[in-house]
Amino acid sequence: MVLLQRPHILLLLIGTHQFLQCWIAFGSVNEEGQKQEEFSEELLLKPLPDHKLLAHFHFQSSGPPSTSNGCHHHLFPKAISQLVQKFRIKEMELSFTKGRWNYESWGGFDPLSSSNAKPPGVELWAVFDVPQHHIDASWKNLTHTLSGLFCASINFLESTATYSTPEWSFPPASGNVRYGTLPCEAVCTENLTPWLKLLPCRDKAGIALLLDRPSLYRGFYHSQQLHLTSTGSSSEGIDSGIILEQTLTVVLQPNSEMAIEVHASEKHIQPSWSLSSIFGKQVSGRCVLAKPSSVYLLLDRGLSAANGLTSENFWSNPSFELSANPDRIFLEESSSHSKSLSILYMFQVEKYCESEPFDIGLMWKVPVAWLCQQTPLHASRFLMGSGNERAAIAISLKSTQFTEGFMSANSKDGSCELRVDVFQVVPWYVKVYFHSLRVFVDQQPRAVSDIIEKIHVSPSKDKMSPGVMEVVLKLPCRVNTAALTIEFDKGFLRIDEYLPDANQGFDIPSAIISFPNFHASMVFLEDDSLNKSPLLSKFQEKCPVMSYTEVLLVPLTTPDFSMPYNVITITCTVFALYFGSLLNVLQRRVAEEERFLKAKAAKKTGRLPLLLSKLSAKLRGSGINQN
Amino acid sequence: MAETKEKSLSDEKPKPRVRPIVRLGIFLISHSFLVSIVCCTAGVLALFLLPVLAKNTYISENALMPGSASPMLSNQHVSDGNRLVKDLTNPNSKSSETGIESHKIIAQYMLDLGAEVSFHKFHPQMNQFHPLHFFSSPVSGKIQENYSCSSYGINTVGIIRAPRGDGKEAIVLVTPYNALKSGFGEALSLGIAYSVFSLLTQVTWLAKDIIWLVADSQYGEYAAVAAWLREYQTPKFSSLSTPNAEMCPDVNNLFELKGHSISGSKFSNSFRRAGTMAAALVLKVRDQNEQFEDTISIYAEASNGQMPNLDLINVVNYLAVHRQGLRVNVEKLWPLLNSSWLKSLGEIFESLAKVAKSLYPKWKFGIPATEYVEGTATLASSLYYQALGVPTGPHGAFRDYQVDAITLEISPKFSLDKVWRNDILLRGGRLIEGVIRSVNNLLEKFHQSFFLYLLTSPSKFVSVGVYMIAFALLIAPLPMVAASLYVDANSSSNCSKGDSSTPSAITDTDEHGIAIRSWRWLNSAKLVFIVHLWGAIVSLLPYFISQIPDCSPTTSFMIWVLLSILSLLTLNSVLASPLACAKATQEKEWALVKSVTISSVFIGLGLMSVINFATAEIGALLMVPMCLLARPLKLDVRAGTLRSFCRLICNLVLGHIAFPPAAFFLLKGMLDGFGNANVGDFWMWVESLWAWNSATYLFIGMVQLPCWVLCVSILFHTC
Repeated sequence: MVLLQRPHILLLLIGTHQFLQCWIAFGSVNEEGQKQEEFSEELLLKPLPDHKLLAHFHFQSSGPPSTSNGCHHHLFPKAISQLVQKFRIKEMELSFTKGRWNYESWGGFDPLSSSNAKPPGVELWAVFDVPQHHIDASWKNLTHTLSGLFCASINFLESTATYSTPEWSFPPASGNVRYGTLPCEAVCTENLTPWLKLLPCRDKAGIALLLDRPSLYRGFYHSQQLHLTSTGSSSEGIDSGIILEQTLTVVLQPNSEMAIEVHASEKHIQPSWSLSSIFGKQVSGRCVLAKPSSVYLLLDRGLSAANGLTSENFWSNPSFELSANPDRIFLEESSSHSKSLSILYMFQVEKYCESEPFDIGLMWKVPVAWLCQQTPLHASRFLMGSGNERAAIAISLKSTQFTEGFMSANSKDGSCELRVDVFQVVPWYVKVYFHSLRVFVDQQPRAVSDIIEKIHVSPSKDKMSPGVMEVVLKLPCRVNTAALTIEFDKGFLRIDEYLPDANQGFDIPSAIISFPNFHASMVFLEDDSLNKSPLLSKFQEKCPVMSYTEVLLVPLTTPDFSMPYNVITITCTVFALYFGSLLNVLQRRVAEEERFLKAKAAKKTGRLPLLLSKLSAKLRGSGINQN
Repeated sequence: MAETKEKSLSDEKPKPRVRPIVRLGIFLISHSFLVSIVCCTAGVLALFLLPVLAKNTYISENALMPGSASPMLSNQHVSDGNRLVKDLTNPNSKSSETGIESHKIIAQYMLDLGAEVSFHKFHPQMNQFHPLHFFSSPVSGKIQENYSCSSYGINTVGIIRAPRGDGKEAIVLVTPYNALKSGFGEALSLGIAYSVFSLLTQVTWLAKDIIWLVADSQYGEYAAVAAWLREYQTPKFSSLSTPNAEMCPDVNNLFELKGHSISGSKFSNSFRRAGTMAAALVLKVRDQNEQFEDTISIYAEASNGQMPNLDLINVVNYLAVHRQGLRVNVEKLWPLLNSSWLKSLGEIFESLAKVAKSLYPKWKFGIPATEYVEGTATLASSLYYQALGVPTGPHGAFRDYQVDAITLEISPKFSLDKVWRNDILLRGGRLIEGVIRSVNNLLEKFHQSFFLYLLTSPSKFVSVGVYMIAFALLIAPLPMVAASLYVDANSSSNCSKGDSSTPSAITDTDEHGIAIRSWRWLNSAKLVFIVHLWGAIVSLLPYFISQIPDCSPTTSFMIWVLLSILSLLTLNSVLASPLACAKATQEKEWALVKSVTISSVFIGLGLMSVINFATAEIGALLMVPMCLLARPLKLDVRAGTLRSFCRLICNLVLGHIAFPPAAFFLLKGMLDGFGNANVGDFWMWVESLWAWNSATYLFIGMVQLPCWVLCVSILFHTC
């Protein structure tokens, strides 16, 4: 029986195994049908007009809605998916920035700058998918979690005095958005390392290999971002897909040590560079988990126009030389408002390996000068006034000649208007008087109601919430300059509310100036292949043009911080004097004293009798004692 | 206890025990004569002791770390600077009448370095007397209608953005430059600034933006810097108030030529800003110099005796002396250096210190006599310039916006040698670089060190805690003397009344009379008030006089004097002739007047010491002896003793010296010699005081002059 039964079991086993295999195969097919977790790594290089180079790293991981494998992931960072599930985040963006984006020379109109130019310090905004009354709690927990994840003091955004609720002017307009910034947060490697940990290959392989810390932080601008989007039916929360975009934008100076020696005549020639000269490293192949792994070189409209590049002759270009042959070249789809087109050279990293590392270089042959496309109005913000009592914030908008083409294009019908949204958060100790808002257009004072179409103001509450001002300005298209001023009082703080370096002053976070009429997008031809590249498809999205203003430093009155000691000594003195005199008064009996004096006066004895009487009293007293 | 008992016994009538503090007060008041002599001498002595008591300066803010980094300014930068100096002194560049060429050269040099450049046009503003603008912030929009294209200045501004900074703060470097008639010194100062600027475009340690302002000094250095600061801090957005300098052809020309520059985006004709200013340095190079060493002079006094933080001076001093081997100078009153009495005083202090040291070796407070004389001269000039309330250089404009600033004036030893020029460029540049680097290190604004101090040498200072003592000693007798005079006046009249009536009736019948008599001081107070009112009127008069066109200073002064006398007479007659109300019965009237005068002087000096200490100190030196000594001349003549004769002489001398114009001419004569004294000078001086919004002017008009008038009226009191 036993012998007989054995083959049966064997058969059964084989059968089940086959069935299992079948099932597994079926499962994988099922998964492919759904969508797999994907990871892409891309690097975009763009020469900038002021002899600098922009490098934009873009890593995207997407976690599809996964009911099948529960909370396990192949590529997608678990920490992030847990975060999204826990706090029901619909969208979130966290950026760490050091340095300032130079809107004038690096441009502000292309998708690259309008989504990657960030204010200095930390900026965090998040849209939650929870009921209205839970949002604040979720935000607080989120700030703490992120602070732990990224080794930053994001947890300071927890207090209600630091974050705000933009109503409609903040681009991802939604009622559930929370926005907070920490302008004086220092950004360094300790923030980059946890960020790199989220990548499947870390910085051990692929494009991320280029992230050499010293060369990164030597740059002029450094912004590290994390963008999260939940896709799909998010109401259940669990089975929503997540797209995690990690971008790092750096502006570097190629071979700066050589630039010093260059003579004045050669100063105008752009410095030549290569990946190895900028980052000191080369790419030795792709990260095996990355699906598209490519490097792009972008020549923007101004540059290609300056080079005389057109759709015909971009192959045989005389003004520069590339050290590697591009795999593909994309041309921008011609748009209505500019004649010149951006050109994108694509290099695939997959072809390269350890023995033959990828290193692209660009050699300029002739001096080229061009200008980047700028925002319609250049915004700058500054403080006015002097003294410790009152001051004013001024936002000045100046038209850049570059966009006149757009203006005329937009102003086909006679009444042309330029819409500008201003979003300004001020901390509570800057007590803004909203009634003192003044508008000047082309150096003429104008009535606020003429220019401001819509305004939303939430005044600050002391130690509770910051003041928020959202304004929609309608300016005439031909405007040259416009200015917005608003006065404020400098508040007094309690001694424990001062920051560690109180004498430095207090920061007013950047204002956001956005131009909803304008959209920055770059659409490249040959769409079929582009679907694979998340970076290029991101460029195709229409994102509103916006720019951040400078962070302001308001010097507030600060106490002498050695004062607690002085206060203690002076209060002690005052108390001692007070209690001393009080006790003195209480102890004293005025009536009795007077009676005593009167009695003395009544006696009116001379000195000798008094002495005698005293002596006798003493003698008598001693006598009594002796007795 | 024993004393009181004794007293009560001896007085027959027992008195309740008096609190010790009250007893002390009574004691001081009863001995006010002695106390006032002791206090005044001690006060003057303490003032002369200040150079001995001065402490060595030290860098209080640790973040400054001056000289911790080795200077990076190399010969490359120096030769860059030299190139600019050559281009500027080149005669071709001066062909243009308006000096626009040299501005263009400077702007082009800045652009080549990659800095952001802009021109700032301004119209020089006439300093006018605004009676109510003392102490007001400099926001006051002084609008002038009649701007013309012929008179405007152009400031060239270059800004380096710190590559990794957040742009919240900025450091300002100012070089005054007159394009029309620039000396070699000015060109050299531009060369130094340029070499530093060219270095700073390359360095990586920059955390604050650097602004280099080439201030067009053809209408005065201060005016140019003040105009730029006004535009920086309180711009006018509406065109109604801004002069339309753009319409002038020259200015347009300036911009057009710049427009075609290759890095066009770096240049703009709009006003450019950086963040909050952390500190400012004004750099000048003197043309001729007769000194044997390379010296650098520091000017720090801003309006109304405000000083920059001591740390800024310390950093400059430290770097100049210990790193660059330059000699550092602070302003001195030169006549004092040769005075023999000061020298002998110094010798006395020195020998005293020696004696003290021999008694107890740990007492080391003596300084050599020569050092003492120099310290006193520096201290006196420090006091003088603070008291004047007029800034000693363009740095004063920054202080109005709470920015710490100093002027550095480099005086090179000999001139026109290439090696020498490179040397001064290198050392000056390294000094500026070091200071900028130190300020750049600062995380907070200057707050650590002193703001209230007097310098006795570049490396020695007297802090407020020490110099306040001299002033406090000087004015301490004032309330005591006032009280004793008041008590005396009351009691003496009491006595005189009491003599006439029977002593037993004093208690009940004269209750009412005493009450009236104790309010008698109100009469004197009225007089004092009227005189002070007159003082206010006198200090307002120049506003109206200055409106009279084509008036020479001498005539203006005469008009002022006449109007003042006239107003005094009218006030006197209108308000019940208070000066003449001294009746024969109130023979001690003058004592009450003196008492109230002294109290008012005390209040005035006390208030002034808060606003501008140096003015109060000098004022106290003049007024306290005069107030204390004032006594009707008649009484002294009648007494005829030696003591009263001395007092008479003192009174007469003080009565002359303390009169503000007399004091001015005396001081001027002491400093410049009496030869060229002119009556109009006083008017000019007063004009400069109000033009700079100096509180000293108010002090002279509303405290010193009324006090002098009251004292003189006491002197000539008929009793």
